[in-house]
Amino acid sequence: MARNFWRDIKGTFEPFWVTLRYLFTKPVTIQYPEEKRTPFPRYRARIVLTRDPDGGERCVACYLCSAACPVDCISMQAAEGEGGRRYATWFRINFARCIFCGLCAEACPTKAIQMSADYEICNRDPLNLVYEKEDLLIDDGGNDQDYNFYRHTGIGVVNPRGGNEDENEPEDVKSLLP
Amino acid sequence: MNEWLITALLIAIKLGLIFGVVLFIAAYLVLAERKILARMQLRHGPNRVGPFGMIQPMADLIKMLTKEDVCPTGADKYLFLFAPGLAALTALMAFAVIPFGPTIEIFGQQMPLVVCDLNIGALYFLGLSSLAVYGVALGGWASNSKYALLASIRGLAQLISYELSMGLAIVPVIMAAKSFSLTEIVMAQESMPFAIYHPVAFLIFFISITAESKRIPFDLPEAENELVAGFHTEYSGMRFGLFFVGEYINMIVLGSMTTIFFLGGWHGPLLPPVVWFLIKVLGVAFVFIWIRGTMPRFRYDQLMHFGWKIMMPLALLNVVISGGIMVWLNGG
Repeated sequence: MARNFWRDIKGTFEPFWVTLRYLFTKPVTIQYPEEKRTPFPRYRARIVLTRDPDGGERCVACYLCSAACPVDCISMQAAEGEGGRRYATWFRINFARCIFCGLCAEACPTKAIQMSADYEICNRDPLNLVYEKEDLLIDDGGNDQDYNFYRHTGIGVVNPRGGNEDENEPEDVKSLLP
Repeated sequence: MNEWLITALLIAIKLGLIFGVVLFIAAYLVLAERKILARMQLRHGPNRVGPFGMIQPMADLIKMLTKEDVCPTGADKYLFLFAPGLAALTALMAFAVIPFGPTIEIFGQQMPLVVCDLNIGALYFLGLSSLAVYGVALGGWASNSKYALLASIRGLAQLISYELSMGLAIVPVIMAAKSFSLTEIVMAQESMPFAIYHPVAFLIFFISITAESKRIPFDLPEAENELVAGFHTEYSGMRFGLFFVGEYINMIVLGSMTTIFFLGGWHGPLLPPVVWFLIKVLGVAFVFIWIRGTMPRFRYDQLMHFGWKIMMPLALLNVVISGGIMVWLNGG
């Protein structure tokens, strides 16, 4: 009883010291429009389409991102350029639907679609959140600056078939196979 | 004739000044409370309107005035519209007896720094604080809302039970000052504030006025997480504003009363008396805010238990003991 009594007295008055101490400490609030927090390097916000080191689009319009997207916010139309190089005639991401899960970036075989740290895309009109290809494309390699899909694989777009560094000569299917 | 005109003018100026200053302090007390509470919770508080949010009270006022004034269906219309005024009025009227400085001389006239030095000032204050219950009770009852009704019942019970110990706590002060007049009570504390002679009475009085002002930890009449917004749930616009402002004026009144009864009124070294009075009142107000930032809310049964089984007997015992000591010391 007596011990509890003193414990209760202490428990009543100790918080006053805590609040008084906190009164003179700096608030932890980040004053958003004026101050901005630095996002972490792998922060998942606005999706971008990156370019390879030569300046070409990385996207090969394979639809894997669109298939991986759980909310179906990515759509595109594939086309084939000269030399069999595939590209997207239009590429559209509806950020009003996007949940920034990053599955599209994981699915992408050419590292074309990537998550950027730009989180300030809120808008009064949802229609303004539908980003077209020209809005999504950036002049940068994103997370992997040196990567170029067609330097390693692909059907003779950059180099002739089998001419890439880590590529074997194509088998001659008409020869006598072992 | 000329003499009479100057007196009338001085009184008018004094009234206007008190009215203005009280409303000004009440408005900025709201801001101060929000700021201090925010800092205690490591937030910034309002800082968007003007530098450091200093024009926030004006913005709030404009918002209150331009909002729709809703009167719910089934409400007792006249009482509903009348109650907020009552709450604000009783708080303002208590200011009539508060002396905030000694008598000064302007234009060859004696000018007491109090609106009306009633010789029963202490009783007047107690009476008005009883009347203040009606604002809560009628407002809650006339709303025709179960939450408001529950809150006003709680408010009634709480205010009545804590008024008793508040009244009993100032009995030793009145015995020591030998007067009901607030000016004379302050005069009696010229050498030493009564808080030092009557610490138990001071403690009881302070706890009771916290309950009287319906603030945490005694904010059961407006317990947000149980009763929506308490007795002013159904009020909107400036009628809610009147309740709100009345609450803060009440805070200043109770702070002034603590200052007058226990903290020595306007007495203090170096600074002018009025400044000392203001510092003490704002100090009490700060402690109110500090308590609000620190304590949780009582449960209803705890509130009643504390009020009737601890505060009341303690206050009665305190009256008997300090009375006995006074008689013994004065050799009566």
